[in-house]
Amino acid sequence: MTNAAISATADPSLDAGEPAGEAHSLTSDAWRLLRRRPIFWVSAGLILLFLLMAIAPGLFTNTSPTAAVLKESRATPSTENWFGRDVQGYDIYARTIYGARASIMVGVLATLFTTLLGALLGIVAGFAGGWVDTLISRITDVFFAIPLLLGGILFMSTFQSDVNTSYFVIVMKVVLVLALLGWPSITRLMRSSVLQVKPNDYVQAARALGASPWRIIRQHILPNAMAPVIVVSTINLGVYIAVEATLSYLGIGLTPPAISWGVAISAAQSGLRSAPHMLLFPAMFLSLAVLAFIMLGDAVRDAFDPKTR
Amino acid sequence: MTKYVIRRLLQMIPVLIGATFLIFAMVFALPGDPTANKCGERPCPAEYVKKFEEEHNLNDPLPIQYAKYMGKLAKGDFGTSFREIPVKDELSERYVVTAKLATIAILFETVLGIFAGVLAGIRKGKFIDNLVLLSTLFVISIPIFVIGYVAQFLLGVKWRIFPVTVNANATGLDSWWQLLLPGLVLGSVSVAYVARLTRTNLVENLRADYVRTAKAKGLTTSRTIGLHALRNSLIPVVTFIGADFGALLGGAIVTEQIFNIQGVGGYIFSGIHNRDGVVVVGAVTVLILVYLLVNLLVDILYGVLDPRISHD
Repeated sequence: MTNAAISATADPSLDAGEPAGEAHSLTSDAWRLLRRRPIFWVSAGLILLFLLMAIAPGLFTNTSPTAAVLKESRATPSTENWFGRDVQGYDIYARTIYGARASIMVGVLATLFTTLLGALLGIVAGFAGGWVDTLISRITDVFFAIPLLLGGILFMSTFQSDVNTSYFVIVMKVVLVLALLGWPSITRLMRSSVLQVKPNDYVQAARALGASPWRIIRQHILPNAMAPVIVVSTINLGVYIAVEATLSYLGIGLTPPAISWGVAISAAQSGLRSAPHMLLFPAMFLSLAVLAFIMLGDAVRDAFDPKTR
Repeated sequence: MTKYVIRRLLQMIPVLIGATFLIFAMVFALPGDPTANKCGERPCPAEYVKKFEEEHNLNDPLPIQYAKYMGKLAKGDFGTSFREIPVKDELSERYVVTAKLATIAILFETVLGIFAGVLAGIRKGKFIDNLVLLSTLFVISIPIFVIGYVAQFLLGVKWRIFPVTVNANATGLDSWWQLLLPGLVLGSVSVAYVARLTRTNLVENLRADYVRTAKAKGLTTSRTIGLHALRNSLIPVVTFIGADFGALLGGAIVTEQIFNIQGVGGYIFSGIHNRDGVVVVGAVTVLILVYLLVNLLVDILYGVLDPRISHD
């Protein structure tokens, strides 16, 4: 108590590197740094825009994505159809807007599940140690050895979808396989963070005061070990969006009646030479979404990493 | 050192068994009749189905199927694909192609990635640094199949610099030349990661005391950076390249499809498509084994890069 009071009144340059008291916690420092970065606002704005697009596509377009005008097949962009029309005569702008939902849903849900599962196992392994740690680490190795895309292809063809499978079920399958193969990297990261935090004095002090393991994890370990996981999860969100598109492109993720960027890109390949705009717009949106999450992750990492300050 | 390698090799066994069992279970859980379409329009005669099931141990429970398969595999018998071609022959042929592709990709990402990373790192905050950061971000965000298409379309079809697709019968230098563009496409995303990783670590190390000492001793800039700072910055980069190997072989599925390359990626993909479990499991097992061995090699390399890391 007195220490914090003294350092608060003392010359600020003396304890520049140390977070002193509530007002200067790592998070608030990071937030102040983050606020000043234009790249943070750009990526956050883009992400909000894509989220809005996924939740309420009707806000952006009045055209139905399934209204085909066959005689205008492959029409180039015009004032009427901003992005032109595809092979089926669908309005590409409307399809691109409606396609956001699949990608954002897969990205957000897959990240949520991998982070929860990965962090949980990582905390247990790091905190418990001993044979629990060994067991979890070996299982992690097994799943880590299977490449994400390859495992995804296998899984999606094992649990095949047909025309009657609903859109939501297919999306959940993609989410499930990404969660199943994506958790090891988070677990490894969380485990090493926990191992770094565990020997600290404040953890030992809490233990000496008789705090339960649950309380130690919640109050002391988690807040101090969470930052790297949040950063990697944000970046992974972009990666998962790209993998979903790749699976759809290969024809085993979402398939044509469903609208998604991957499906649109896959359909565009046949007409690439005569109508490159069919590829350009869905690919551009896909890249922008991936970019937004990677940039956000980068900005957050810079803010949380004291070495880059 | 020998002890360390042996210990690591032994540790690899449970991982290999676990990973291949997962793949095996998924493959043989694949729905559908494996003898469908094998006898033309009509269903296969009962004797043939019986013989087929016998041959592939399809009537045993899964763990026994797996054990029998692995037992044969350990003796070098990969079985035959449903097209009656020995998997081993086709695999060894296709691995040569994919190895060439991966070599080009790895060389590309190592050389250009480290070069760009060093260039950006020693001029932190300057124009070239921002250029590298921005362009790598751009490359990372574009999915590999879009890069593949656009590269194929522009460089192959439109400007006719590179061959559009790969001819399986080409030999010698020609076979390398036509794999150049697909290799560059395959390595493009990793180049960006390697460049960023090198830059970050180099920037960090350039501030270290030993770099100041080296400068104070009167070493030239190139020697300070090349011998001291860069060598210490390369460990995370080498780790990334090792871990990337798996993603590279997986990503090859897409690249091989775009450029019509007869490699392992396409082999696995068509194997999954045709429900040819023997092909899939055989190819993936070798793939995982290669991946694990490469990562062992990376761990041994640590000792070369940083003598403080000892494996004894």
